[in-house]
Amino acid sequence: MTEPSNLDAAKSQRRDVVRCGVILRDLTVRYGERIAVEAVSGVFAPGSLTAIVGANGAGKTTLLNAIAGLVAPRRGSIEITGGKSPADLAYLPQRDSIDRDFPISVLEFAALGGWARIGGLGRVPPQLRSCGLNALQAVGLETLADRMLGELSVGQFRRALFARVIVQDAAIVLLDEPFAGVDATTSDDLLKLLRRWQGEGRTVMVALHDLEQVLAMFPETLLLARRAIFWGETATALMPEKLLEAGLAPPRPGSSPRLRLVMPS
Amino acid sequence: MSIWSVLITPFAEYAFMRSALVACMALAVASGPLGTLLLLRRMGLVGDVLSHAVMPGAAVGFALAGSALVVLSTGGLLTGIAVALLMILGTRFGAQREDASLAAFYFASIGVGVLIVSLRGTNLDLMHVLLGTVLAIDLPALVLIVAIASVVVAVLALIFRPLAIQSFDPDFLRTMGGNDTAYRAIFLALVVLDLVAGFQAFGTLLAGVPLLLPAAAARCWAQRIGPLVGLSIGFGMAAGYAGLLVSYHLNVPSGPAIACAAALVYAVSALASASRMLVTALNATRPT
Repeated sequence: MTEPSNLDAAKSQRRDVVRCGVILRDLTVRYGERIAVEAVSGVFAPGSLTAIVGANGAGKTTLLNAIAGLVAPRRGSIEITGGKSPADLAYLPQRDSIDRDFPISVLEFAALGGWARIGGLGRVPPQLRSCGLNALQAVGLETLADRMLGELSVGQFRRALFARVIVQDAAIVLLDEPFAGVDATTSDDLLKLLRRWQGEGRTVMVALHDLEQVLAMFPETLLLARRAIFWGETATALMPEKLLEAGLAPPRPGSSPRLRLVMPS
Repeated sequence: MSIWSVLITPFAEYAFMRSALVACMALAVASGPLGTLLLLRRMGLVGDVLSHAVMPGAAVGFALAGSALVVLSTGGLLTGIAVALLMILGTRFGAQREDASLAAFYFASIGVGVLIVSLRGTNLDLMHVLLGTVLAIDLPALVLIVAIASVVVAVLALIFRPLAIQSFDPDFLRTMGGNDTAYRAIFLALVVLDLVAGFQAFGTLLAGVPLLLPAAAARCWAQRIGPLVGLSIGFGMAAGYAGLLVSYHLNVPSGPAIACAAALVYAVSALASASRMLVTALNATRPT
């Protein structure tokens, strides 16, 4: 487990992304009497790429919700270092509350990522349009920019959500099972995007259940079973005895060939 | 009888027709954007229930002070806000399913309101509370309606973006630091205010007409939020004008006439939209 002291060591500036980290101290979240996350402490260092792994009901979504400010901790604290405003944090929830029938085009939806900087009354900057188009291009939706949001398929909608996160240009990116229900091509494309975000110095945390993906892509892992079983290097986190402690079955030996394709060369 | 004398003379000759027309226009301008947001939030039923929630308070006002406008409006505003608050609390703490509690509010409001009016007033008073007296709007009432409409439009202009985002992605607004409950509360307060203004003209049964019917009709024609708001306002104005004319020439009650005009606009819109869909479907099945 890393300590706050190693934050300074990681302060090498790249690009102009604000470098933000997240420090959890004894974080406990309850729904009524049910404890969802218990006494989790640790640091998501600035620029880190962390997988959050755990069985169903282990508290992955709750942890992300708490960091995003959607649920209040019962005990402990969440500190965002280096951040100034909510604009520094982008959250892509697994089960969103989005009304797909709302009259909004795909481009407008992506451009909503600029909301935190523009707000309720600010003037919309002219470059927001090109910013949104670039983001749609990055996720392969540029030809659908003028379609209505409700016309997109599940996978396309997932890509549109990613485009909104791109426009948001946040220092901290939280993704909850971002590849659930999308095809292999889409998830490969989105994984590359994730990799790019980390390269740009963003702090990325992803709740995932595909352990092979975790092993291939994520340097760090938080193994969660309400409390933190392990938080650190992925290879250690995914050792069979740790996984069993978290209530997960260890992956079968021999990784799938598809994973090698998306591994960075 | 020239077209001029049919369409313009009633308003040129009678001050009460002009007052009614101005009231309808003001209500249309405020209700268009508000009703559009209400329907986008799938809260049409909530608007209906809140329009009845105005009644018990207005009835108490009537029992205390006769048909004194300020007392009626204040009473209506108070019970409307109270029911809106109960709704927010109800959805936050989720004791009851929302539709069940809405039904309870709806019937309780009508029952209590009618009882209180009947204790003090005549059947005619009851009709006035239920259906309004758009042709009896005097200057203070007109000032009140226009003032409320102005406040609604001004507040909407300030917070239209967060309200629009909240209507389709509330979690996004919250992660961006927007106060979910505050916006919800302000929105419901605006709806209640608009209904109190509508109550002056249309009574508790029909106060929701300018709020809901034009916006519902607009949804049959437009896909984007800007045109939706514009069309809602236009339809509301057209229904108000046409309804007043019909009520003048045929000597029928004006509130119900305006409601019928708005319903007609909606029916035509819905039919047009359905026939467009039918044509598209037929074209799709035709072999190429």
